[in-house]
Amino acid sequence: MNMKRRVFLKGALASGTVALALGAGIVTPRAVLAAWPKSAFEAKSVADALGALYGSGDAAASGDIEIKAPDIAENGAVVPVSVTAKMSGVESISIFAEGNNSPLTSNWKLGPDAEPYVSTRIKMAKTSNVIAVVQANGKTFQAAKEVKVTIGGCGG
Amino acid sequence: MANTIKMRASLSGDVTTVKALMKHPMETGLRKDKKTGEAIPAHFIQEVVCEHNGKQVMLAEWGGSISQNPYISFMFKGAKAGDTLKLSWTDNKGESDSAEEAIK
Repeated sequence: MNMKRRVFLKGALASGTVALALGAGIVTPRAVLAAWPKSAFEAKSVADALGALYGSGDAAASGDIEIKAPDIAENGAVVPVSVTAKMSGVESISIFAEGNNSPLTSNWKLGPDAEPYVSTRIKMAKTSNVIAVVQANGKTFQAAKEVKVTIGGCGG
Repeated sequence: MANTIKMRASLSGDVTTVKALMKHPMETGLRKDKKTGEAIPAHFIQEVVCEHNGKQVMLAEWGGSISQNPYISFMFKGAKAGDTLKLSWTDNKGESDSAEEAIK
């Protein structure tokens, strides 16, 4: 798989309020809800969502991000995805399903004691890349893995 | 109200592994009711927060594309057996729930 893809943001950011709370201190659910990145979750492309989330358009391909997901998912409503980032200083991991209308599924902000690993289950509308974007030491990296989605049927 | 979170936190060396299963419809708002043809309103968890001894370990922001009855797992360092872990979620309707579990 050739991972040489660079994501560039075209033009200005969607909103000026890209306030990234880097998990400092105690945050109540209410305070956090006010910061839910609506524009990122409603963005229709990975590039737009990245711009809304990280305020920067560049996500260099990285071999230090491991995505575990089935090659073929029999049920697109429940696709298990695990992401492990091997670089140091990981601050957050975002998971995208490129073929979804709104590709951003989740953004995981990791405190200083958290290991650079998340595992969850996502919905995938159709066969496409699962893209993991990792922010580490202020830089953004990405990796992708294609997951084929069969809705019933014989697979492939 | 029944607790919607089942979680386990197990310690191995310095690393605590947390696994949790949450009960939630996670409606995207895009599905249509087959009988009425009306869109089923979006109802999904937007935030999940994990705290250890009152300090935030992890904060996850979600959209409707996380699967129904979400499963999550993550790990962190620096806890001791017997420490308390708290996991909370809040959804787009302002509903929330939380659970506490001792680290074993």
